[in-house]
Amino acid sequence: MSKQIDLVDLDIYYGDFLAVEGVNLTVKANSVMSFIGPSGCGKSTVLRSINRMHEVIPGAHVKGEVNLDGENVYGPNVDPVLVRRTIGMVFQRPNPFPTMSIADNVIAGLKLEKDKKRKEPMDEIIEKSLRGANLWEEVKDRLKRPGASLSGGQQQRLCIARAIAVEPQVLLMDEPCSALDPISTLAIEDLIRKLKDRYTIIIVTHNMQQAGRVSDDTAFFNLSGIGKPGKLIEAGPTAQIFSNPEQRQTEDYIAGRFG
Amino acid sequence: MSGLSDLRGGAPVSEPHPNMPITSSEAPPPNAGGRRTKDGSSDPMNLTGHRLPRWAPWAIGAGAIALGLLVQVTGVTVIGLAPGFVAAFAFLIVQTVASWTVEGRRHATDRLATTLVYTTFVLALVPLLWILITVTVKGLSVFSPEFFTSTMRNVNPRAEGGGIAHAFLGTLQQVGIAALIAVPIGVLAAVYLVEFGKGRFAYWISFFVDVMTGIPSIVAGLFIYTALILTGVLEQSGLAAGLALAILMLPVIVRATEEMLRIVPNELREGALALGVPKWKVILRIVIPTAISGIITGIMLAVARVAGETAPLLLVTFLAQDMNPNPVSGSQASLPTFVWDQISRGTPASVDRAWGGALALILFVLVMYAGARIIAKLYAPKAR
Repeated sequence: MSKQIDLVDLDIYYGDFLAVEGVNLTVKANSVMSFIGPSGCGKSTVLRSINRMHEVIPGAHVKGEVNLDGENVYGPNVDPVLVRRTIGMVFQRPNPFPTMSIADNVIAGLKLEKDKKRKEPMDEIIEKSLRGANLWEEVKDRLKRPGASLSGGQQQRLCIARAIAVEPQVLLMDEPCSALDPISTLAIEDLIRKLKDRYTIIIVTHNMQQAGRVSDDTAFFNLSGIGKPGKLIEAGPTAQIFSNPEQRQTEDYIAGRFG
Repeated sequence: MSGLSDLRGGAPVSEPHPNMPITSSEAPPPNAGGRRTKDGSSDPMNLTGHRLPRWAPWAIGAGAIALGLLVQVTGVTVIGLAPGFVAAFAFLIVQTVASWTVEGRRHATDRLATTLVYTTFVLALVPLLWILITVTVKGLSVFSPEFFTSTMRNVNPRAEGGGIAHAFLGTLQQVGIAALIAVPIGVLAAVYLVEFGKGRFAYWISFFVDVMTGIPSIVAGLFIYTALILTGVLEQSGLAAGLALAILMLPVIVRATEEMLRIVPNELREGALALGVPKWKVILRIVIPTAISGIITGIMLAVARVAGETAPLLLVTFLAQDMNPNPVSGSQASLPTFVWDQISRGTPASVDRAWGGALALILFVLVMYAGARIIAKLYAPKAR
């Protein structure tokens, strides 16, 4: 069910400010791609432009195309709400809804926006999504407790469960482990490898080992200069980017010589 | 360094910061009883300093109070200061001097600041408690079942008897009308300002809300009086009073709600939007429920504020001695105007009734506030 993503000549603006310039990139279906690069180079901006979350910021807009299996999500008459249902997102900081229980958090997307085609009972969706996020065993006895009562790593997996409960085809993850300890990070990385069978996944990370462990392909972004827009420097299979990159600055970044 | 970093799996290697303090190898052995001073010499330093004994502030305080009492008894006026001030100043000076000589400057400053903070806190509490105690003591003397169930109809305003039933009903209706108008407009205006408003329009709304906050209540009354009563749209009535009170409530509700909506983390909005939830549902089902307890508290504070308004009510509904359950027609009593009316009659019985009305008003606001706190607690986001 997962879909391929093609970014075509994508320029991303905040108001008049060109933040990211000329991105051309293909993310294959059922693969994990990681975005790496120094802070401020536009990784998260590119990620957020894929499901049109970018537009939430006043004045932000894009030029170019983001194609989901050939269909431009910025095309005329495309509803951003439907785009976000198809392309789910997990954020840097876990953000369970504080007014809801664990179970309600999982089905928040379904309860808030009814999907008439879904006939399964909510209980099944809750269990399936929590199992999918490797959280079921830990929370099955306290589904009615508030989502905020979980630990940070559990909250992040709850957010992943919430994202996959609406059955998206693509999952975007914006530094999902940066606020977590190594054990929770490991749990999420295992989960990413597992989710790959059903979703196309893009993950932004500052942790190069993590990119190496979980991703099939890697894209390296960098600023073309201070005050200049960010750019995609190169993308390719992770093994190749890490061992034998084409660009000197990729090699320097991965080797830790700058950034 | 560049060669090394390759061996470390590509992790960026950071060099120790030049200003980094002592590394473990240089650290002094534990229990060495010494500590490095700023210039780097390892000057052995005692960690225990001279402190005033624990009973010292109490002793100084007792002495200061004794001095104040002495001033009171002997009747000597020390440059026109009251005994309480003498005691407070004596305490401040003696404690600071004692602390400075024994403990040093830092502790003396600390004690001085602590004392000032506590003193101002107590000073701020004094008028509040004074009012509460006076009103309770004087008001309770007229409280009786009759006081709450009867009106001033056919009661000689100079004699005893009568009650506040008509005034209580009037306050309920007028504040209720005001809340019915001001709460939806205020909350929605705040939602607009926080979730949608940008640019010039939002700026001017925000500006006028600030201006409205500063409107004197009599001006709100005058506005309703000239705009609606003199033009014959309304007569002097409870509805006119409710409208005037709504004008006063509105800015308080907008500001309180706005503040509460702004502290809802943006991550929650983005999290819901990213699930494919339309914006209006995000606001209605995520943002407002998260902020609801603060919004309710703000609304209650606005209600409490207008429940005690007197001036505009005298203009737009005036006084009434009888029960008038119809807010659209005819003057209506209310608790604050009842108090004003009774106190201006000037007989012991009417002044007592005024105190009773004041206590009833305070209790009304307190009960509303307590109720709001309970509701807020029930809806508040739970952490465990």
